[in-house]
Amino acid sequence: MTITQQIMTIAICVIGTMATRFLPFLVFSSQKPTPQYIQYLGKALPCAIFGMLVVYCLKNVSLFNAPYGIPEAISIIVVILLHIWKRQMLLSIAGGTICYMVLIQMIFL
Amino acid sequence: MKKALKAAFPYTIPIFAGFWFIGLTYGIYMNVLGFSFWYPFIMSLTIFAGSLEFVAANLMLSVFNPLQVLLITLMIQARHLFYGISMLDKYKNKGIKKWYLIFGMCDETFSINYTANIPKDVDESWFLFWVTALNHFYWVSGATLGGILGSLIQFNTTGLDFVMTAMFVVIFLEQWLKEKKHWTALIGICCSIICLLLFKADNFMIPTMIAILCMLTLFRKPIEKEGGFS
Repeated sequence: MTITQQIMTIAICVIGTMATRFLPFLVFSSQKPTPQYIQYLGKALPCAIFGMLVVYCLKNVSLFNAPYGIPEAISIIVVILLHIWKRQMLLSIAGGTICYMVLIQMIFL
Repeated sequence: MKKALKAAFPYTIPIFAGFWFIGLTYGIYMNVLGFSFWYPFIMSLTIFAGSLEFVAANLMLSVFNPLQVLLITLMIQARHLFYGISMLDKYKNKGIKKWYLIFGMCDETFSINYTANIPKDVDESWFLFWVTALNHFYWVSGATLGGILGSLIQFNTTGLDFVMTAMFVVIFLEQWLKEKKHWTALIGICCSIICLLLFKADNFMIPTMIAILCMLTLFRKPIEKEGGFS
Protein backbone atom coordinates (compact mmCIF):
# COMPACT_ATOMS: atom_id res chain seq x y z
CA MET A 1 0.00 0.00 0.00
CA THR A 2 1.33 3.47 -0.85
CA ILE A 3 1.23 6.32 1.68
CA THR A 4 -1.70 7.90 -0.21
CA GLN A 5 -3.62 4.64 -0.01
CA GLN A 6 -2.83 4.42 3.71
CA ILE A 7 -4.11 7.96 4.27
CA MET A 8 -7.25 7.12 2.30
CA THR A 9 -7.76 3.95 4.34
CA ILE A 10 -7.52 5.92 7.60
CA ALA A 11 -9.78 8.65 6.20
CA ILE A 12 -12.41 6.09 5.23
CA CYS A 13 -12.24 4.62 8.75
CA VAL A 14 -12.76 8.11 10.20
CA ILE A 15 -15.61 8.97 7.83
CA GLY A 16 -17.31 5.59 8.34
CA THR A 17 -16.97 5.84 12.13
CA MET A 18 -18.23 9.42 12.23
CA ALA A 19 -21.14 8.49 9.96
CA THR A 20 -22.27 5.87 12.48
CA ARG A 21 -21.82 8.22 15.43
CA PHE A 22 -23.48 11.28 13.89
CA LEU A 23 -26.23 9.77 11.75
CA PRO A 24 -28.82 9.22 14.51
CA PHE A 25 -28.45 12.84 15.59
CA LEU A 26 -28.96 14.03 12.02
CA VAL A 27 -31.85 11.67 11.20
CA PHE A 28 -33.78 11.53 14.46
CA SER A 29 -33.51 15.11 15.53
CA SER A 30 -37.28 15.38 15.53
CA GLN A 31 -39.74 13.24 17.48
CA LYS A 32 -39.96 10.52 14.79
CA PRO A 33 -39.89 6.97 16.21
CA THR A 34 -37.03 4.66 15.15
CA PRO A 35 -38.07 2.05 12.52
CA GLN A 36 -38.58 -1.41 13.96
CA TYR A 37 -36.17 -3.13 11.56
CA ILE A 38 -33.29 -0.80 12.51
CA GLN A 39 -34.00 -1.33 16.20
CA TYR A 40 -33.88 -5.08 15.58
CA LEU A 41 -30.59 -4.94 13.67
CA GLY A 42 -29.06 -2.89 16.45
CA LYS A 43 -29.75 -5.66 18.88
CA ALA A 44 -28.98 -8.59 16.58
CA LEU A 45 -25.87 -7.40 14.74
CA PRO A 46 -23.27 -6.82 17.49
CA CYS A 47 -23.00 -10.43 18.65
CA ALA A 48 -22.80 -11.73 15.08
CA ILE A 49 -20.12 -9.15 14.30
CA PHE A 50 -17.99 -10.06 17.31
CA GLY A 51 -18.24 -13.71 16.28
CA MET A 52 -17.08 -12.70 12.82
CA LEU A 53 -14.17 -10.71 14.27
CA VAL A 54 -12.94 -13.70 16.28
CA VAL A 55 -12.89 -15.75 13.07
CA TYR A 56 -11.25 -12.81 11.26
CA CYS A 57 -8.38 -12.79 13.78
CA LEU A 58 -7.82 -16.50 13.25
CA LYS A 59 -8.17 -16.51 9.47
CA ASN A 60 -4.50 -17.24 8.82
CA VAL A 61 -4.24 -20.13 11.27
CA SER A 62 -3.62 -23.38 9.42
CA LEU A 63 -5.20 -26.49 10.87
CA PHE A 64 -3.36 -28.76 8.43
CA ASN A 65 0.24 -27.68 9.07
CA ALA A 66 2.23 -27.70 12.33
CA PRO A 67 1.40 -26.51 14.95
CA TYR A 68 -2.17 -27.14 13.74
CA GLY A 69 -3.67 -24.15 15.56
CA ILE A 70 -2.92 -25.74 18.93
CA PRO A 71 -1.32 -22.61 20.52
CA GLU A 72 -4.31 -20.54 19.44
CA ALA A 73 -6.79 -23.10 20.76
CA ILE A 74 -5.02 -23.38 24.14
CA SER A 75 -4.73 -19.60 24.53
CA ILE A 76 -8.38 -19.01 23.65
CA ILE A 77 -9.39 -21.60 26.24
CA VAL A 78 -7.20 -19.75 28.78
CA VAL A 79 -8.92 -16.46 27.89
CA ILE A 80 -12.36 -18.02 28.29
CA LEU A 81 -11.55 -19.77 31.59
CA LEU A 82 -9.90 -16.65 33.06
CA HIS A 83 -12.85 -14.56 32.00
CA ILE A 84 -15.48 -16.91 33.39
CA TRP A 85 -13.47 -17.20 36.61
CA LYS A 86 -12.70 -13.52 37.32
CA ARG A 87 -14.76 -11.58 34.76
CA GLN A 88 -11.90 -9.04 34.52
CA MET A 89 -11.50 -7.99 30.91
CA LEU A 90 -7.88 -6.83 31.25
CA LEU A 91 -6.80 -9.93 33.17
CA SER A 92 -8.35 -12.25 30.59
CA ILE A 93 -6.75 -10.40 27.67
CA ALA A 94 -3.33 -10.18 29.35
CA GLY A 95 -3.40 -13.79 30.55
CA GLY A 96 -4.34 -15.20 27.15
CA THR A 97 -1.78 -13.08 25.33
CA ILE A 98 1.07 -14.01 27.69
CA CYS A 99 0.06 -17.67 27.42
CA TYR A 100 0.16 -17.46 23.62
CA MET A 101 3.54 -15.71 23.62
CA VAL A 102 5.06 -18.33 25.94
CA LEU A 103 3.61 -21.15 23.82
CA ILE A 104 4.93 -19.95 20.48
CA GLN A 105 8.23 -18.63 21.78
CA MET A 106 9.20 -21.59 23.96
CA ILE A 107 7.13 -24.63 23.18
CA PHE A 108 5.79 -24.64 19.62
CA LEU A 109 8.96 -23.42 17.92
CA MET B 1 -15.95 23.62 34.66
CA LYS B 2 -13.26 22.70 37.20
CA LYS B 3 -15.91 21.15 39.42
CA ALA B 4 -17.12 19.06 36.51
CA LEU B 5 -13.58 17.81 35.88
CA LYS B 6 -13.29 16.80 39.54
CA ALA B 7 -16.61 14.97 39.36
CA ALA B 8 -15.82 13.29 36.03
CA PHE B 9 -12.27 12.10 36.75
CA PRO B 10 -13.06 9.25 39.20
CA TYR B 11 -15.45 7.71 36.68
CA THR B 12 -12.65 7.52 34.13
CA ILE B 13 -9.98 5.83 36.30
CA PRO B 14 -10.86 2.27 35.20
CA ILE B 15 -10.90 3.47 31.61
CA PHE B 16 -7.45 4.97 32.17
CA ALA B 17 -6.09 1.55 33.17
CA GLY B 18 -7.84 -0.19 30.33
CA PHE B 19 -7.00 2.33 27.63
CA TRP B 20 -3.37 2.54 28.64
CA PHE B 21 -3.00 -1.22 28.59
CA ILE B 22 -4.81 -1.72 25.30
CA GLY B 23 -3.53 1.60 23.88
CA LEU B 24 0.08 0.76 24.72
CA THR B 25 -0.40 -2.69 23.28
CA TYR B 26 -1.97 -1.21 20.18
CA GLY B 27 0.98 1.16 19.76
CA ILE B 28 3.48 -1.68 20.25
CA TYR B 29 1.43 -3.84 17.90
CA MET B 30 1.64 -1.13 15.23
CA ASN B 31 5.37 -0.93 15.87
CA VAL B 32 5.73 -4.69 15.47
CA LEU B 33 3.85 -4.46 12.17
CA GLY B 34 6.40 -1.87 11.04
CA PHE B 35 4.44 1.39 11.40
CA SER B 36 6.04 4.50 12.95
CA PHE B 37 4.44 6.01 16.07
CA TRP B 38 2.74 8.64 13.90
CA TYR B 39 0.28 5.99 12.75
CA PRO B 40 -1.09 5.03 16.18
CA PHE B 41 -1.03 8.72 17.16
CA ILE B 42 -3.06 9.92 14.18
CA MET B 43 -5.34 6.88 14.07
CA SER B 44 -6.15 6.97 17.78
CA LEU B 45 -6.76 10.72 17.61
CA THR B 46 -9.03 10.67 14.56
CA ILE B 47 -10.72 7.25 14.55
CA PHE B 48 -10.87 6.83 18.36
CA ALA B 49 -12.34 3.33 18.27
CA GLY B 50 -10.20 0.50 19.64
CA SER B 51 -11.34 -2.55 17.75
CA LEU B 52 -11.50 -0.84 14.36
CA GLU B 53 -7.98 0.54 14.77
CA PHE B 54 -6.57 -2.96 15.20
CA VAL B 55 -8.51 -4.10 12.14
CA ALA B 56 -7.43 -1.01 10.18
CA ALA B 57 -3.78 -1.83 10.90
CA ASN B 58 -4.30 -5.22 9.27
CA LEU B 59 -6.20 -3.70 6.36
CA MET B 60 -3.28 -1.36 5.69
CA LEU B 61 -1.01 -4.37 5.26
CA SER B 62 -3.20 -5.97 2.60
CA VAL B 63 -4.25 -4.84 -0.86
CA PHE B 64 -5.97 -1.41 -1.02
CA ASN B 65 -9.72 -1.94 -1.21
CA PRO B 66 -11.69 1.20 -0.24
CA LEU B 67 -15.11 -0.42 -0.51
CA GLN B 68 -14.07 -3.25 1.81
CA VAL B 69 -12.60 -0.75 4.29
CA LEU B 70 -15.84 1.23 4.30
CA LEU B 71 -18.04 -1.84 4.69
CA ILE B 72 -15.90 -3.28 7.49
CA THR B 73 -15.88 0.12 9.22
CA LEU B 74 -19.65 0.44 8.96
CA MET B 75 -20.21 -3.16 10.12
CA ILE B 76 -17.87 -2.86 13.12
CA GLN B 77 -19.15 0.57 14.03
CA ALA B 78 -22.84 0.05 13.32
CA ARG B 79 -23.49 -0.28 17.06
CA HIS B 80 -22.69 3.42 17.46
CA LEU B 81 -25.93 4.20 15.64
CA PHE B 82 -27.73 2.86 18.67
CA TYR B 83 -25.56 4.65 21.18
CA GLY B 84 -26.56 7.76 19.27
CA ILE B 85 -30.22 6.90 19.49
CA SER B 86 -29.85 6.38 23.26
CA MET B 87 -28.07 9.72 23.63
CA LEU B 88 -30.44 11.85 21.52
CA ASP B 89 -31.94 13.46 24.62
CA LYS B 90 -28.83 13.70 26.77
CA TYR B 91 -26.68 15.37 24.10
CA LYS B 92 -29.45 17.76 23.08
CA ASN B 93 -28.88 21.46 23.83
CA LYS B 94 -25.19 21.03 24.62
CA GLY B 95 -24.20 23.77 22.18
CA ILE B 96 -20.86 23.48 20.45
CA LYS B 97 -19.71 20.73 22.85
CA LYS B 98 -22.34 18.44 21.35
CA TRP B 99 -20.25 17.86 18.23
CA TYR B 100 -17.22 16.77 20.23
CA LEU B 101 -19.36 14.56 22.47
CA ILE B 102 -20.70 12.73 19.42
CA PHE B 103 -17.25 12.53 17.81
CA GLY B 104 -15.78 10.94 20.93
CA MET B 105 -18.63 8.54 21.66
CA CYS B 106 -16.69 5.24 21.90
CA ASP B 107 -18.10 2.25 23.80
CA GLU B 108 -16.57 3.23 27.14
CA THR B 109 -17.42 6.95 26.94
CA PHE B 110 -20.97 6.10 25.98
CA SER B 111 -21.27 3.68 28.90
CA ILE B 112 -20.11 6.25 31.46
CA ASN B 113 -21.98 9.21 30.04
CA TYR B 114 -25.14 7.18 29.74
CA THR B 115 -25.05 5.73 33.26
CA ALA B 116 -23.16 8.21 35.48
CA ASN B 117 -25.04 10.00 38.24
CA ILE B 118 -24.02 13.59 37.70
CA PRO B 119 -24.21 15.67 40.92
CA LYS B 120 -26.87 18.37 40.85
CA ASP B 121 -24.41 21.22 41.40
CA VAL B 122 -22.18 20.16 38.49
CA ASP B 123 -22.64 21.48 34.96
CA GLU B 124 -23.87 18.47 32.98
CA SER B 125 -22.41 19.49 29.64
CA TRP B 126 -18.95 20.01 31.13
CA PHE B 127 -19.16 16.67 32.94
CA LEU B 128 -19.99 14.84 29.69
CA PHE B 129 -17.25 16.79 27.94
CA TRP B 130 -14.56 15.87 30.49
CA VAL B 131 -15.43 12.18 30.47
CA THR B 132 -15.12 12.20 26.68
CA ALA B 133 -11.93 14.26 26.63
CA LEU B 134 -10.17 12.29 29.39
CA ASN B 135 -10.91 8.98 27.70
CA HIS B 136 -9.78 10.38 24.37
CA PHE B 137 -6.55 11.61 26.01
CA TYR B 138 -5.85 8.23 27.68
CA TRP B 139 -6.31 6.40 24.42
CA VAL B 140 -4.18 8.72 22.28
CA SER B 141 -1.37 8.96 24.86
CA GLY B 142 -1.33 5.20 25.43
CA ALA B 143 -1.28 4.38 21.73
CA THR B 144 1.39 6.98 20.95
CA LEU B 145 3.62 5.92 23.86
CA GLY B 146 3.29 2.32 22.74
CA GLY B 147 4.29 3.34 19.24
CA ILE B 148 7.35 5.21 20.53
CA LEU B 149 8.42 2.65 23.15
CA GLY B 150 7.73 -0.28 20.85
CA SER B 151 11.20 0.02 19.33
CA LEU B 152 12.83 0.24 22.76
CA ILE B 153 11.16 -2.82 24.17
CA GLN B 154 13.77 -5.51 24.73
CA PHE B 155 11.73 -8.65 25.23
CA ASN B 156 10.65 -10.88 22.37
CA THR B 157 7.27 -9.64 21.15
CA THR B 158 6.49 -12.61 18.89
CA GLY B 159 2.85 -13.47 19.47
CA LEU B 160 1.88 -10.11 20.99
CA ASP B 161 -0.60 -9.70 18.14
CA PHE B 162 -2.70 -12.32 19.89
CA VAL B 163 -3.93 -9.49 22.13
CA MET B 164 -6.39 -8.59 19.36
CA THR B 165 -7.79 -12.11 19.22
CA ALA B 166 -7.99 -12.21 23.02
CA MET B 167 -9.83 -8.87 23.08
CA PHE B 168 -12.46 -10.02 20.62
CA VAL B 169 -12.84 -13.36 22.37
CA VAL B 170 -13.55 -11.45 25.61
CA ILE B 171 -16.00 -9.05 23.95
CA PHE B 172 -17.71 -11.98 22.22
CA LEU B 173 -17.83 -13.93 25.49
CA GLU B 174 -19.29 -10.93 27.35
CA GLN B 175 -22.10 -10.74 24.78
CA TRP B 176 -22.56 -14.50 24.91
CA LEU B 177 -22.88 -14.53 28.70
CA LYS B 178 -25.40 -11.69 28.60
CA GLU B 179 -27.66 -13.41 26.07
CA LYS B 180 -30.10 -16.12 26.97
CA LYS B 181 -30.18 -17.54 23.43
CA HIS B 182 -27.22 -17.51 21.09
CA TRP B 183 -28.78 -17.35 17.64
CA THR B 184 -27.00 -14.21 16.50
CA ALA B 185 -23.61 -15.26 17.90
CA LEU B 186 -23.87 -18.61 16.14
CA ILE B 187 -24.98 -16.94 12.90
CA GLY B 188 -21.87 -14.73 13.08
CA ILE B 189 -19.49 -17.62 13.76
CA CYS B 190 -21.05 -20.04 11.25
CA CYS B 191 -21.34 -17.55 8.38
CA SER B 192 -17.72 -16.51 8.95
CA ILE B 193 -16.33 -20.04 9.02
CA ILE B 194 -18.34 -21.17 5.99
CA CYS B 195 -17.31 -18.06 4.01
CA LEU B 196 -13.69 -18.46 5.13
CA LEU B 197 -13.66 -22.02 3.78
CA LEU B 198 -15.40 -20.97 0.54
CA PHE B 199 -13.66 -17.67 -0.21
CA LYS B 200 -10.29 -18.04 1.63
CA ALA B 201 -8.64 -15.65 4.06
CA ASP B 202 -8.25 -12.59 1.83
CA ASN B 203 -11.79 -12.41 0.42
CA PHE B 204 -14.20 -13.73 2.97
CA MET B 205 -15.23 -10.61 4.89
CA ILE B 206 -17.72 -9.07 2.45
CA PRO B 207 -19.50 -12.37 1.69
CA THR B 208 -19.63 -12.98 5.45
CA MET B 209 -21.20 -9.59 6.13
CA ILE B 210 -23.80 -10.07 3.40
CA ALA B 211 -24.55 -13.59 4.69
CA ILE B 212 -24.99 -12.29 8.25
CA LEU B 213 -27.38 -9.53 7.12
CA CYS B 214 -29.38 -12.05 5.05
CA MET B 215 -29.59 -14.55 7.90
CA LEU B 216 -30.61 -11.90 10.41
CA THR B 217 -33.26 -10.59 8.04
CA LEU B 218 -34.49 -14.06 7.07
CA PHE B 219 -34.77 -15.28 10.65
CA ARG B 220 -35.96 -12.01 12.12
CA LYS B 221 -39.23 -13.45 13.43
CA PRO B 222 -37.77 -16.38 15.43
CA ILE B 223 -34.76 -14.32 16.56
CA GLU B 224 -36.96 -11.49 17.82
CA LYS B 225 -39.24 -13.97 19.50
CA GLU B 226 -36.56 -16.13 21.10
CA GLY B 227 -33.36 -14.18 20.65
CA GLY B 228 -33.14 -13.49 24.36
CA PHE B 229 -31.44 -10.16 23.83
CA SER B 230 -30.08 -8.58 26.96
